[in-house]
Amino acid sequence: MTVSYKATAGAAPSAQGLTTLASVLPKVIFAIYMVLFFAYLFLPLLVMAAATFNTSKFPTVTPWLGTTLDWFSALWADSAMWQALRLSILISLGVIAISLPVGTAAALFLNSLQDRSRSLFYAVMVSPLLTPGVAIGIATLVLWRQVGVGGGTALIILAQSSFISAYVMLMVAARMQRFDRTLEDAAVDLGASRIVVFRRILLPYLKPSLLAATCIAFLQSFENYNTTLFVRGTETPLTVYIATKVRTGLSPAVNALGLVLIAATILAAIAYELARRRRSSGSEA
Amino acid sequence: MHSLFQRFGVGLGSVILICVATWLLGMVLAPNLMMLDFSLRPNLMPAQIGGPDDRYTLVNFTALFSDPVHRGIFLKTIWASALVMATTFVVTYPMAYWLAKVARRKAVAFVTVALIIPFWINEVLRTLAWYILLAFNGPLNVVLTSLGVIDAPVRWFSDIGVLAGMVYAYILFMLFPVYNSISTLDSAQVEAARNLGASTLQIHRRIVIPHAKAGIATGCVFTFMLAAGSYVAPALLGAPGSRWFTEIIYNWFFEGGNWNRGAAYALVLLALCMAFVMAALRIFRVNLADVAK
Repeated sequence: MTVSYKATAGAAPSAQGLTTLASVLPKVIFAIYMVLFFAYLFLPLLVMAAATFNTSKFPTVTPWLGTTLDWFSALWADSAMWQALRLSILISLGVIAISLPVGTAAALFLNSLQDRSRSLFYAVMVSPLLTPGVAIGIATLVLWRQVGVGGGTALIILAQSSFISAYVMLMVAARMQRFDRTLEDAAVDLGASRIVVFRRILLPYLKPSLLAATCIAFLQSFENYNTTLFVRGTETPLTVYIATKVRTGLSPAVNALGLVLIAATILAAIAYELARRRRSSGSEA
Repeated sequence: MHSLFQRFGVGLGSVILICVATWLLGMVLAPNLMMLDFSLRPNLMPAQIGGPDDRYTLVNFTALFSDPVHRGIFLKTIWASALVMATTFVVTYPMAYWLAKVARRKAVAFVTVALIIPFWINEVLRTLAWYILLAFNGPLNVVLTSLGVIDAPVRWFSDIGVLAGMVYAYILFMLFPVYNSISTLDSAQVEAARNLGASTLQIHRRIVIPHAKAGIATGCVFTFMLAAGSYVAPALLGAPGSRWFTEIIYNWFFEGGNWNRGAAYALVLLALCMAFVMAALRIFRVNLADVAK
């Protein structure tokens, strides 16, 4: 993979002054690009994080009025935020409860189809991912109004599940492709019932992808805004709460919330990486 | 169907079938059909529903194109989304190539984590970060004025702000598909081209980009769709007067009180995105299975 890199890097020192410049110039340009890329990626976040510690009532770093930790306690004391957070978690759990079985069933369904009908169903199943979130929210809202159900927690869960199931389907289907069907046949030949085969062979095999799909479903639901906006009724999940804050009075307490969420995800990422290394250390090393 | 029951038995097979049917019919097809039905009916008082005026009409769709303001916003949303898509591609392509072909394994792992972290917080907070950075009295203006780059503070809340915030929000949707497809390219091909005297530009134009077309198509489809359907970035980072198409849809629903027209507009947005997907698949000659990887 690194062959071409080494070859060009090795050729440079032997060349003359002019060609050295010609070979150094792309590297300089690329280095500048890298710096700009990461500055673009992290500057907004750094500014947002730093603003959390500024005493200024509007979140900013210019001017710096003084360093404080007060915004964390303001966040802690904000009961509306806690309510929004609780609602977001509740919605995520509801979405997981629907989209995990549905997405898994869809993957198994696809796996049992013939080629042509498979690609047709596949296209239908991934279509919610290519649909703008607002359209999903509106379609759900309009349908349920016909039977007298208005926007609220239930509709948020339904609307989000309609496209998050597709993510679950993709992740489970990817693992299904490498599944050895002869294992199932062997178990059946040995007298296992269909249910036992499913529970003892297929489910354990799919477990890693089901766990990953649960995480994705949680994150997708937790951070969804576009779909939620239309079906929320009078409910206020966390993303809506944050967006409303921008209009009704932004304070660095929102930044503190962002910082806490970033910290939580970094910790989760580290924990995941450590767990992965521990699992794979036996096989790779 | 038959093989489903054969494989999982009648009980489990039925459960699977019911789950899939509930999803595809109840949660995907029915809502969209109802949205279509809604968009084809006039906005009536409750008493008039079922009466002589309650018949199918195209007025909600023709309204979009006969209203110059709405038509303008619709067209602007299309080209601005295309601009977001193109900019995202230009910004991420070198990084994707570097990650796939140049960087060492450890660097790839490190950079991947660094890339993902900002994207685990939600789009609203990411946009909020830009909102703070670009504020009129905000840090960007202060730094640029003190460096002498600009004489007076710039109003960043404009099309430029929206572009910066959107490209930022959708970078990963372009980067990862392009990275994945470039990494399946055999480095020997690049090597051979270079030995035969191809310039860097030629190598990318004739070898890397054609090879990565499925990934590029995927990235383009997603960034365009997300940009066209975006709500937060234009609302927060746009100039006060300028609106995005999704904002008009929102207004029909929650301020204008004309759900039928809102549904029609949403359907137009949906059709636009579907048409874009079809066009991208056709142009890049890839199929849907490659896109949704």
